[in-house]
Amino acid sequence: MRFNGPVLFLDRSDINTDEIIPARYLTEISKEALRPHLLEDLSLEEFDPRADIAGKRVIVTRSNFGCGSSREHAPWALEVNGITVVVARSFARIFRQNMFNCGMLAIELPKKDIDSLFALGDKVTIAVDIDQETVITKVATEVCCKFTLNSFDKALVQAGGWLAYADKKY
Amino acid sequence: MGKTITEKIFAAHRRDVPSDNNVVLDIDVVMCHEITTPIAINDLMERGMDRVFDPQKIKVVIDHVTPSKDSKTATQAKILRDWARRNRIKDFFDIGANGVCHALFPEKGFIRPGYTVIMGDSHTCTHGAFGAFAAGIGTTDLEVGILKGVCSFRLPETMKIVITGKLGKGVYAKDVILRIIKELTVNGATDKVMEFCGPVVDAMSMEARMTLCNMAIEAGATCGVCMPDRVTAEYLWPFIKEQYADVDAAVNDFKKWHSDADARYVAEKIFDVSNLNPQVTYGFKPDEVKDIADMAGTRVDQVYMGSCTNGRIEDLRAAATVLKGRRIADNVRAILSPATPQVFTQALEEGLIKIFMDAGFCVTNPTCGACLGMSNGVLAAGEVCASTTNRNFNGRMGKGGMVHLMSPVSAAATAVRGAIVDPREMM
Repeated sequence: MRFNGPVLFLDRSDINTDEIIPARYLTEISKEALRPHLLEDLSLEEFDPRADIAGKRVIVTRSNFGCGSSREHAPWALEVNGITVVVARSFARIFRQNMFNCGMLAIELPKKDIDSLFALGDKVTIAVDIDQETVITKVATEVCCKFTLNSFDKALVQAGGWLAYADKKY
Repeated sequence: MGKTITEKIFAAHRRDVPSDNNVVLDIDVVMCHEITTPIAINDLMERGMDRVFDPQKIKVVIDHVTPSKDSKTATQAKILRDWARRNRIKDFFDIGANGVCHALFPEKGFIRPGYTVIMGDSHTCTHGAFGAFAAGIGTTDLEVGILKGVCSFRLPETMKIVITGKLGKGVYAKDVILRIIKELTVNGATDKVMEFCGPVVDAMSMEARMTLCNMAIEAGATCGVCMPDRVTAEYLWPFIKEQYADVDAAVNDFKKWHSDADARYVAEKIFDVSNLNPQVTYGFKPDEVKDIADMAGTRVDQVYMGSCTNGRIEDLRAAATVLKGRRIADNVRAILSPATPQVFTQALEEGLIKIFMDAGFCVTNPTCGACLGMSNGVLAAGEVCASTTNRNFNGRMGKGGMVHLMSPVSAAATAVRGAIVDPREMM
């Protein structure tokens, strides 16, 4: 899985999993079917899911992203849209675990780093280096944010997720 | 240094310690419903691993949309049903025997003090009311749980929530937990266990404790937990009487799980509830809470009573005291969904169903349906619902709809008035 690309900025805290993928789509039994419905119910001014999500690979957002329901449909809806990294001030526990379990990245950064990423404006591309534990973006000048990954979470990402990790070990 | 109940449960179930912060636990109960399990089942089949670690430890129910409303939900139910039969899972609850998972499984005696419990459902924290560690998880965790009986967790810290004083008339566990969430905020307990204790909790029934623990997730908590005591032992007695000489023996045995007096807590919060008024949510987050009197007069279109938070017999009894001899207002439609068949039967026998129906309620079969806007009472855009459920997210019960969370008694009074009202005016 690659962890870089254009950024979708969601400037709000407490974005819940009902907003990421509404319950009315939980009757789907394929991940692919979730694709058109990502962030369909997000309450965010001027946000247009169809136009704004296309081509994005990374989400940068505020606090407590992914709160509410345990539905793994939320990370799946991101994944089938090509988004494999969420960078936030903080996450809800289940969503964060679901991301790592899928071999995806939920990166927590201090407020000042999140602020500095938001300050870069819309057309930003980010590269995440898991080994160096850095988030790097190049606009006019380079911004480099250092993060810390729990060693187990890192092992999950390197294994390609919890299924592969657990199959080998338990 | 002493240990908390959660630390004791973790120590007793530790399978592996993959890092300083993480532990892999052996799981006592893996619970499954038809929304989050079918994708795990399909994946297991595709990987040629269609088996379960222990059919006795897997409990299965079709509850979110039941009876199925369309072909898609019928397919989800079928995948779950076929899988349960194929894998000889005895504790499978289908139409006629099914109810809301977090009300049904405790009623069956599946949850015991000291257990580890997982389910692909965020309100799994409900079962901490029995002195268990119970946590919501995603489908990948569920798949590994089904196959191997293990699940990984970060070591949670524990927040001690001491509830003191005496609950006034018209004030219930739901009001207490809404007040606590208001104080903690929606992520105030993230990665933490909320340990509920104090005289108010000691005096609560198991049903009220389940209401408390059910909404721990709304403050971000991994689990809510109460110390298992005589109330717990008496509730579980029909299921544990072969194990113990008498209730006293069970109560004594349960003490091994109690948090030690010198256990370490990350925070301790004391809530004196003596002057607490009935509470209600006003916004789109469960921490947006105020006194119900401050919302009085807000017109509602629908009243919904049910769910894993407040669909149990005590909830119905309390609501019926307000509804008895009254009619719901003309501008309101009201739905009662008893949480389980046992609750339904008991409500029938006690004459509660007649009270609800005479008042103008529609009574449906047990299901999660309307709580998450999937079936059985979905709102139209612009509509307002007074609800005994647990989430007021924007669009939760239907796109464009507004949800005000409150206790069953407050919801009953609101149905009668046709607008939000302090229930004490009718008691």
